[in-house]
Amino acid sequence: MKRDHPIRWSNLYLLLVFIVLYLPIIYLIIYSFNAGDTMDRITGFSWRHYLTLFADTRMISIVLNTVIIAVLSALLATIIGTFGALGIDQLKKRSLQNGILSLNNVLMVSPDVIIGASFLIFFTFLGVKLGFGSVLLSHIAFSVPIVVLMVLPKIKDMSQTMIDAAYDLGATKWQTLTRVILPAITPGIFAGYFMAFTYSLDDFAVTFFVTGNGFSTLSVEIYSRARQGIDLEVNALSTLMFLVSLLLVGGYYLLNRYNEKKKIHRAKASQEVDDA
Amino acid sequence: MKKLTLIITAILIFCGVLFGINHELNAKTSADGQRVLNIYNWGDYIDPALIKKFEHQTGYHVVYETFDSNEAMLTKIKQGGTSYDLAVPSDYTVQRMRKAHLLVKLDKRRLPLLKNIDQRFMNLTFDPGNDYSVPYFWGTLGIVYNDQMVKASQVQHWSQLWNPQFKNQIMLTDSARDMLAIALIPLGYSVNTTNKTQLDQAAKRLDQLAPNTKAVVADEIKMYMEQDEAAVAVTYSGEAAEMMANNTHLHYVVPSEGSNMWFDNWVIPKTAKHRKAAYAFLNFMLEPKNAAQNAEYIGYSTPNKAAMKDLPASVRNDAQFYPSRETVTHLQVYKDLPLKTIGDYNDLFLEFKMFKK
Amino acid sequence: MKSKTAYLTPYFLWIALFVIAPMALILYQSFFSITGHFTFGNYEQYLSSGVYLKMTVNSIWYAFIITVLALLVSYPTAYLINHLKNKQLWLLLIILPTWINLLLKTYAFIGLFSQNGSINDFLRFVGLGSHQILFTDASFIFVATYIEIPFMILPIFNALDELNPSLVNASRDLGASAWQTFRRVIFPLTMPGVKAGVQAVFIPSLSLFMITRLIGGNRVITLGTAIEEHFLVTQNWGMGSTIGVILILAMFVVMFLTRDRKNKGGQIR
Repeated sequence: MKRDHPIRWSNLYLLLVFIVLYLPIIYLIIYSFNAGDTMDRITGFSWRHYLTLFADTRMISIVLNTVIIAVLSALLATIIGTFGALGIDQLKKRSLQNGILSLNNVLMVSPDVIIGASFLIFFTFLGVKLGFGSVLLSHIAFSVPIVVLMVLPKIKDMSQTMIDAAYDLGATKWQTLTRVILPAITPGIFAGYFMAFTYSLDDFAVTFFVTGNGFSTLSVEIYSRARQGIDLEVNALSTLMFLVSLLLVGGYYLLNRYNEKKKIHRAKASQEVDDA
Repeated sequence: MKKLTLIITAILIFCGVLFGINHELNAKTSADGQRVLNIYNWGDYIDPALIKKFEHQTGYHVVYETFDSNEAMLTKIKQGGTSYDLAVPSDYTVQRMRKAHLLVKLDKRRLPLLKNIDQRFMNLTFDPGNDYSVPYFWGTLGIVYNDQMVKASQVQHWSQLWNPQFKNQIMLTDSARDMLAIALIPLGYSVNTTNKTQLDQAAKRLDQLAPNTKAVVADEIKMYMEQDEAAVAVTYSGEAAEMMANNTHLHYVVPSEGSNMWFDNWVIPKTAKHRKAAYAFLNFMLEPKNAAQNAEYIGYSTPNKAAMKDLPASVRNDAQFYPSRETVTHLQVYKDLPLKTIGDYNDLFLEFKMFKK
Repeated sequence: MKSKTAYLTPYFLWIALFVIAPMALILYQSFFSITGHFTFGNYEQYLSSGVYLKMTVNSIWYAFIITVLALLVSYPTAYLINHLKNKQLWLLLIILPTWINLLLKTYAFIGLFSQNGSINDFLRFVGLGSHQILFTDASFIFVATYIEIPFMILPIFNALDELNPSLVNASRDLGASAWQTFRRVIFPLTMPGVKAGVQAVFIPSLSLFMITRLIGGNRVITLGTAIEEHFLVTQNWGMGSTIGVILILAMFVVMFLTRDRKNKGGQIR
């Protein structure tokens, strides 16, 4: 194949990108096994930070909170954002579209501290009890724009003819949406979901302001610990979370492959039926 | 669509399971729903074993929430929305909260163990008569140096920091008042000055420190100094103690001409709902044994005189963290300044940070 | 008409509650001085003091460099991943590092870059001697780009994924070189993805904070740092909000510049 040559160079490039992306994470993981207490030199191997972590029920509970918030807020933000993107696309006037998109992006440009402070004022004004609910609402709020940004290009790329064809064939609005539009933009929806999930996991400033009544997330906990110096227990935790995510990603991939195989199988089978 | 519905269902089930586990976890620790105590403290600023002990002794369930700066905590308490029974502001923040009527006046009859606190640390300007606050930890602002790069005699006074030999060698703490203080003190001015001419003079002097300044950082200063990134740092005694525990080449100096003395204090916010529990906890933390245990865990200086005898002699007699009476008389405590002046301090400090050499 | 608005309700509700309301609040607050009096002083101070203008120019400049670098690294990466066999898997592996807490990753970078860190150890080992890496513009830009890269790769990857391969084949069949095909066909068709990426990177880069202090040692001061300070340290919410308003205006400008210029008639749809 003539593709052989450039591909090898490109593999090297990709390898480099991946090495850089994972470098700090590998660093963190190595130090999670450090017998010492700091991240500057390794004094020996030890499981001790993992044992501390498992004994720390407060930390484990915080991790669960964090994951619940991230998974759930990303889901709701994706739903709202996807429909929002569909709506924006349907607007006739280009200037109106751009106007709404600008509003959409306000939360992305506003520094977290401003968002957090104004949400706090807003929630206390409405009398919302601070805690799980207010954190969830805020995370949904700041994740919606990224979903719209991820989904909208997909919608724009979708050919109108396909939709028109669906209508011509007598499909209802709902059918067109679920059978034609949504499948076509699914990659965008997934991308949006993952980005929303990422935003939620990473957020500190907004969560800090709107949380209360003992509810805490991992970022808030880690930042608050910075004054005393971050424990390697947190490294141990990150290592575990990283491994779990890796497993999930691997599992997702295997499941996908299995499904695809089944699909091909089924397609073949139905073809045979047709032939008969 | 089928795929999407499937995934949504899977996510919801996953959340449900996590909720269940979380509930189980919390159920184990909070068997008694009513008797709770909400504490709002700096992250990792108490020995967790003491919280367990308190829960065990009294049957209260402690809900522990954390913050990372005085101002952020103040904002949350001011806005309400969540009620804390105890919080830990620093000196000038106590004064500000008191002025804003955010604190409950302490009933001294319910704090019999308050007598354990050293009289030197009571009745200070930020809270006359300790009507609203109980000292928790105290410390100073000073100079940390690495003996591999600097001789002790070179960093005994603030003015020595301006010595050209320290070019690009000094780490400063990202705090407007503290950094202006190190310029104000050698000029002989108060660290609480509201005089604009004095401030401008100090800011000018601070700008001259720019060539020597390697970086202006916050909590990370510990990590940098432990890793020998810089020769000299200006930081708080608490931070210094942590660094020195991890790097034996580091030493801490409180310049004899004067410095800042800071306090972190327990207060009861107005919104507190479990005052009885709060008093129980304050008395518990004032017990000499507990105070000593906590001081050993945190590594900061305790104001609890009765607890001193329970501390190892090496800690108790360490002049770096329990300085002589003579030095202490030169230390100044921050007062809450008029908002306008705080704005001036911050603008001048921002200009210093933007000041390119 | 009714069904059209029904599914839009949550989105517009979101815009009203979480965008317009906070924006109004910020605008309102930007007209108050630190002592709580109504004033235009904050804007006056912003426009007249060299400090803030210099800071604005700095922020824009750094955000620009970060965006360009992120784009230069991300486009080839997205392109190559798109040609791999299990591309979705590789894409997930690009996103995965972002799930580790940012502060922790920054600490890891400090460990790598410090005087006695792994990189300087390596430099000393190969005889190049140790260098000051932390607190330089280069290290700040490197880490900021590192953080933003996944946010740039994802939209570009999506655009490439959507690209109809027959268009590329057609171009090649018509005798266009690989470079011509890329410049005339692939790149223009993936423009929406690039724009989404630029928006997702440039705008947040204007308000970076934390790493300006941790990695940049506060030698790089962005608008985000200033806002952070005004809200949390000075408690001068008025000035903080003023800078916030300016950032939002900057965002509108960026949106305007990267807007869809094609008018409807020119499109295939």
